[in-house]
Amino acid sequence: MKKILKGTSFFVVMFLLVGLLAACGSDKKDDNSNKSNNKTETDKLSGTLTMSGSTSMEKLANIAIEAFMIEYPDVVASAEFVGSSAGVEQVIAGAVDIGNASRNLKDSEKEAGAVENIVAIDGIAVIVDKANTVADLTKDQLIAVYTGTINNWSELGGLNQPIVVVGREAGSGTRGAFEEILDIEEEVIYSNEINSTGGVMAKVASTPGAIGYVSLDILDDTVVAVKLEGVEATADNIKAGSYFLSRPFVMATAGEISEQGEVVLAFFEFLKSAEGKELIASVGLIAAD
Amino acid sequence: MNKTNFSIIGNKKTKKSVEKAASVIFTICAFFGVLAVFSISIYMVVSGTPAIFEVGLKEIIFGTVWRPNAADPSYGILYVILTSIVGTFMAIIIGVPIGVMTAIFLAETAPKPLAAIVKPAVELLAGIPSVIYGLLGVLILNPFMYKLELAIFKDSPDHQFTGGSNLLSAVIVLAIMILPTVINISESAIRAVQKDYKHSSLALGATHIQTIFRVILPAAKSGIVTAIVLGVGRAIGEAMAISLVAGNGANIPLPFNSVRFLTTAVVSEMSYATDTHKRVLFTIGLILFMFIVLINLILNKVMKGGNKDAK
Repeated sequence: MKKILKGTSFFVVMFLLVGLLAACGSDKKDDNSNKSNNKTETDKLSGTLTMSGSTSMEKLANIAIEAFMIEYPDVVASAEFVGSSAGVEQVIAGAVDIGNASRNLKDSEKEAGAVENIVAIDGIAVIVDKANTVADLTKDQLIAVYTGTINNWSELGGLNQPIVVVGREAGSGTRGAFEEILDIEEEVIYSNEINSTGGVMAKVASTPGAIGYVSLDILDDTVVAVKLEGVEATADNIKAGSYFLSRPFVMATAGEISEQGEVVLAFFEFLKSAEGKELIASVGLIAAD
Repeated sequence: MNKTNFSIIGNKKTKKSVEKAASVIFTICAFFGVLAVFSISIYMVVSGTPAIFEVGLKEIIFGTVWRPNAADPSYGILYVILTSIVGTFMAIIIGVPIGVMTAIFLAETAPKPLAAIVKPAVELLAGIPSVIYGLLGVLILNPFMYKLELAIFKDSPDHQFTGGSNLLSAVIVLAIMILPTVINISESAIRAVQKDYKHSSLALGATHIQTIFRVILPAAKSGIVTAIVLGVGRAIGEAMAISLVAGNGANIPLPFNSVRFLTTAVVSEMSYATDTHKRVLFTIGLILFMFIVLINLILNKVMKGGNKDAK
């Protein structure tokens, strides 16, 4: 049994190697001697890649490391989702290779040695419950709703029902991005502060007259995303710059990318490749250039 | 000679070393608990105090504005502290009478088949995870509260509508959650009252109900107070369930306001907090910790008082 497994795994490795050679062709620096596969003296990459950070980036991180591990089968990559700030903290402390943050890095974080690498741009969708008749909001209306100057949908051309203002907790990347883009950072009055994206969707879906905001990529049909300034919340519109609620997804490293280990280097190269861009697009994000 | 004989007939030397080894093991085990409490206390103080010097104790405890991420941040948690106190108090007001009456029912008046239903139900109530309470609160309580809110505040345009996530929802959830604690401890306190008291009272011509309220309950007083204090401990420390139903806005604890408890303040913001914000969250934890210590001190006093009564 063991022998058969060994034989199979050898073929699998060989098969992947052929694929790899065909795929890249180019030479990669390799200091690692592959002791496990002493038969092959190739440019095979092995090692570990760890990342930790924003829960908003969970989809992107998971799909990226999965594809990365298919590309480089000897690399073991793992991701944890502990929040933007915790992720950046860990990368500064050297506990992980990459710290995911769904916001621009703070000055204090940059001073501590974290480098901001924007890999994608995320759109934030403004959502309402399905029975709501308001389909379009202007930036000023959105600001008025979230600062409490408008508190009934009838003022926005909707039904006569109060607006239940739902948002994320202080410190959340989505909330930070939302308030920063609208420039209402000290003025928002929430009636519900929920500490997860899913929680916001559930609350909005189940409360008539509720309004909330979530990352574009997790949007589902339990809620309705309203148009902003007449522009629909789609990736194309964000790329075109006509949809104003968007934010960067940062994969922070301790020091520049060029100073990183070869696995991390390969990972960033992978994200920049055509395949990587396709992946980023597949989770509803816009690849950064 | 039997070398592995640990029994009393074993030789003196083996016996002695076994005794000694056992007592050492017991001592080590006993110190795990002490060690845990000790290290938690030290950790809470060490990580909770820096923010006090940074922000100022007065600003934290008596400030009413919670804007940790603003350009000019303020970290006032007066409303959060008040919410924890008011919320717990209201939960006790609702939960304790129900709990104590249930305990009386179980210990005194319940017909056996009925007690056989109620008792396991109460035990099951104690075992239900708090997140389930929270979920049911979201699915059942919140929509109901929202209807109530819409009806009550129909003509007050200044009210911020919360969709039913308010203090009242949290209080109801908490009241239900403390029931098992209150019921179980009150019941054993009532059962522990000497039968002589009851029989004497009944012999003097008092009715059963009179006996319960005039004789048994006063005699079980210290046990019931213990139940209440433990209920307070459970209510003030609960985070998961109320974080789902309370709305988490740092507002004045009025029944229909979205409110934030000490526990939910820590839980909901810890994952994304940085710098001073994070340190203040630890300070909130420290304040909560002090509340719990206070409750335990009261509990110790009550229990000691109870023991004196018994003697």
